[in-house]
Amino acid sequence: MKQLNNILEGFGSTWLLLVRSISYAGTLPRQFGRFVEQCYLIGYTTLPIVAILSFFIGSVLALQAGRSMQDFGTQQFIGSLVGLSMARELGPVMVAILLAGRVGSAIAAELASMKVYQEVDALVTMNIPPARMLVVPRLAAVLVMMPVLTIIGDLVGWFGGAIVAKYTKIISIEPESYFSVLRHYTHFDDVMNGLMKAELFGFVVVLVCCNIGLNTRGGPREIGASVTRAVVVSLILILVLDYFVTQVLI
Amino acid sequence: MPSSPCPPGATRNPFTQVETPAVGVTIEHLTKDFGSLKVLKDVSFNVEPGEIFVLMGPSGSGKSVLLKHIVGLELPTSGRVLVDGKDATSEATREQVRMALVFQSGALFNSLSVYDNLALYPREHRVADEAAIREKVLHALKILSLDGVEDKSPSDLSGGMKKRVAIARALVMEPQLMLYDEPTSELDPVTSATISEIIATLRDEYHVTTIVVSHDRELALNIADRVGILMGGELLSLGPPADLKKPADPRIAEFLYPKIDLQHPRFKNLETKP
Repeated sequence: MKQLNNILEGFGSTWLLLVRSISYAGTLPRQFGRFVEQCYLIGYTTLPIVAILSFFIGSVLALQAGRSMQDFGTQQFIGSLVGLSMARELGPVMVAILLAGRVGSAIAAELASMKVYQEVDALVTMNIPPARMLVVPRLAAVLVMMPVLTIIGDLVGWFGGAIVAKYTKIISIEPESYFSVLRHYTHFDDVMNGLMKAELFGFVVVLVCCNIGLNTRGGPREIGASVTRAVVVSLILILVLDYFVTQVLI
Repeated sequence: MPSSPCPPGATRNPFTQVETPAVGVTIEHLTKDFGSLKVLKDVSFNVEPGEIFVLMGPSGSGKSVLLKHIVGLELPTSGRVLVDGKDATSEATREQVRMALVFQSGALFNSLSVYDNLALYPREHRVADEAAIREKVLHALKILSLDGVEDKSPSDLSGGMKKRVAIARALVMEPQLMLYDEPTSELDPVTSATISEIIATLRDEYHVTTIVVSHDRELALNIADRVGILMGGELLSLGPPADLKKPADPRIAEFLYPKIDLQHPRFKNLETKP
């Protein structure tokens, strides 16, 4: 019963934070410095790990699929498989998971620490709404950076698949042929579907992590607990939302 | 600091020297429960405009919770808190009455420099241009004898300096009501005395209504106009600091003048609750 109460309380406070953040959206232009700082933290610092992970996801996808497709003599279509998988599913989901692990945890830790050490209370006593200063720039930044990260992730993943397809003996597909098939079967709509998913996942991850951080109570131990909760809730929400969004977009 | 004292009934702005009516605080039958735990039990008192009111009591007696009610960080279970006759829980009150709370830990923003900590309020509320904000921030640091620390990070400061920076940050808000939560805790006796002097001087020079929550007997005896003693969520006594010298209530006497008895250590007689 207590856990159900906590879950409902979490949903309620997240919606409330969303409504408050939307009401402060108009203050974004005068928080441009904070917005740029968050773009740097969310986008630039996450980019290397997105690139590395996407490269190897594309590579493994090509390797695993290539082996099976070779049994049926259809390995020339490997470009379409990697292209569609990365664009529609793996690109946005993997970038969102990375975002939850790297950025979401950092947001939850920072805001939880500000809450525990009364910095958030200090903002309230200064009549500065925490949602305006701490949440709005982060939400705006993630909306700008998620498509960029996802597109880069898709491209690097496709490139990883192409390298494996060329240099793995059992596949041996030339990059021209690989990308020709990829272009033929992967359409603009597929990439857009992935970007829509990425936007939604990124927004939800940042909102949930901000909310959990700002609702932390207690001492340093609770900061750690909040970070863990933020990442776990984010991961669950990404996968649950992915199912329902895919149902709508498919 | 200005040499002429501020007239009674008015608060002088430390930067513009403009005088505005001082504000009072009224606590009416305030009760606060956290689940089954009753933290405040029907507490009532007034703080007069321009007064230094010190609220004392043992740890866990509800002092800081009461302070949070005044700035609207906590909502009463029952009763009400009025600041300048207006409901403290209302956001409009916080916009109309400038209140500043100096937290026990300082609550300085660790990601910002000392300068940016002080400049945050005027920048966010767009009360002045950057040049005027700079002048105001440096003036506040000068009042608190903190010249030259503006570029430092809060983590580079000593405990006493952090408290003074927190007071300077509150001062930049040009408050009509200053609240201090344990301003002398964790400080050495000389620094504690310095902080007490600062609190008294700010009131004398600017006539800011001041509420201090503290365990510090010396602070209460030397700077308070009136002292309230809160124990177990109840207000046990309210009066001038002279009353503290020979308290009639044995619980207050024990709290204010505890004797160290090595023959019968107090902790061995404490009740243990399951």
